[in-house]
Amino acid sequence: MKAIVNVFLKAGVLDSQGKAVHHALDSLRFDEVEDVRVGKQIILKLDETDKEKAMSRVTEMCEELLANTVIEDYNIELA
Amino acid sequence: MKVSILQFPGTNCEYDTQYAFEKLGAKTEIIWHKTTSIPNDTDLLVVAGGFSYGDYLRSGAIAKFSPVMSAVKEYANNGGKVLGICNGFQVLTEARLLPGALKRNEGLHFISKHHHLKVQNNDNVFLKKLESGDVVNIPIAHHDGNYYINEEGLKELEANGQILLKYTDANGKISNPNGSTQSIAGVCNKEKNVFGLMPHPERAMEALLGSDDGITMLEGFLAS
Repeated sequence: MKAIVNVFLKAGVLDSQGKAVHHALDSLRFDEVEDVRVGKQIILKLDETDKEKAMSRVTEMCEELLANTVIEDYNIELA
Repeated sequence: MKVSILQFPGTNCEYDTQYAFEKLGAKTEIIWHKTTSIPNDTDLLVVAGGFSYGDYLRSGAIAKFSPVMSAVKEYANNGGKVLGICNGFQVLTEARLLPGALKRNEGLHFISKHHHLKVQNNDNVFLKKLESGDVVNIPIAHHDGNYYINEEGLKELEANGQILLKYTDANGKISNPNGSTQSIAGVCNKEKNVFGLMPHPERAMEALLGSDDGITMLEGFLAS
């Protein structure tokens, strides 16, 4: 099973990289862009077939290492 | 006085830190991160600056799981004095030994220059040789030095006198180089035995090299 983890700065925490990318898109005249958030995606290949178990283990991984929950939120997709 | 200095793969300030504390008359020992205990005679444990584990994932995120870190936590929880400088500060926040987190600098650039800092609280072993309101000139060198703490956390820091230093100009007026919350450059834990700051006092030990204000800062630990 694969787990796709997306990590982003929490809403309300200033995302300077997102702001810089937004600015760059703006100068390229993509002026319909209203907001940009830059995050990271972590793709895990798991030796696990039970979705529930996988979800609970990956959540643990996020809490312990993959995200810093002081400043970041995460979401997990299983595929 | 014995100072033990942690070394992770990618640490690069351990020898500057050793130089600084030996200049002040302390004995020092560099501790490799695979060690699982802190030397018994340690009076101060320093988590030195650099780029532990290449700063992969987040600065300090992987270092916090190094074998030595459980001993560091135990040492700190038993009241041992711990100082994290730059990457060491990042490691200590990641390990939750200090509140808050360090984000990418607001301007996205790596900043390397001397910067003034104003002492906010000297009611602790680290800064007791300085007065609140004193301004020191100390080098900063970081990419992820943008200190973040939420409003509730900030109130606690203020109420407990945990804010150590703020970035200012030479006159002590706030001048924020990296977007840090309230221009905070260094904090300590509530118990005031764990300290962290982004600036490098160990690089301010010789007037010839720009500043020796680091001496008065680090001397606090020796006098205790």
